[in-house]
Amino acid sequence: MAEQRNGPRAERAHRTREFDAFVAVAAGRLLHTATLLTAETRTRNPYAQTLLTAALAHTYAVWERLRDEDPYELTRRDLAARFARTAWRHHGGRGGVLSALLPQERLVVVLRLYEGVAEEQVAALLGLPEARVRAVHARAVATLRAGRDSTGKPAGRTAA
Amino acid sequence: MSRYEDKEAAVRRLLDTPHPPVPGHLAGTAAERGSRLLRRHRAVRRAAWTLFALALLAFVLWASVAQPWEAPAAETTPPFDGL
Repeated sequence: MAEQRNGPRAERAHRTREFDAFVAVAAGRLLHTATLLTAETRTRNPYAQTLLTAALAHTYAVWERLRDEDPYELTRRDLAARFARTAWRHHGGRGGVLSALLPQERLVVVLRLYEGVAEEQVAALLGLPEARVRAVHARAVATLRAGRDSTGKPAGRTAA
Repeated sequence: MSRYEDKEAAVRRLLDTPHPPVPGHLAGTAAERGSRLLRRHRAVRRAAWTLFALALLAFVLWASVAQPWEAPAAETTPPFDGL
């Protein structure tokens, strides 16, 4: 409430300061997540940067209304939803480690294994049944392992 | 099962690479776009409330003039059997 007495300018400066501190800490990991999703490379990731900027802008807009919510989690959720909405336009990968996967498989694998989001939360986020998330996850892991094996040993799905 | 977990661990290692460098303008651009979003949301909310208040005022004025709860005056004169 003190900010409101100091006027909108001071309020905005305060919010920007808090937001900048959050971005300084979280942006590296979030950009990595975004780059994994878009299957771009570490050095060239324009689509991931666009997604992350939009998600962070949304976080900034609701910053005052965040009560107990973690801004990192909020941004990650927005990032994932944004990617799910727009991924059909950027179907193929561009050199990232997950290029072999479909956008939905990338979403599930990154959220489950890199971000450590629980299965039921991923299902809720993507609007899919849990069994479907489990199936997509298993298929994605198998595809990645098969791709790995084919570079070394002869190709073949050994997964039972 | 443990074999599957081994595979998951391998994929986890595959994903756990160094973070990409964050461009310096990212926070600034996001804050600027965010404040524009916020302004737009506020303007929309203000417009909606203004519209609601105007509609309410119009209704009250109309009701006080038209007084629709009053029974309408009889259209025909009742027969007069007096005298």
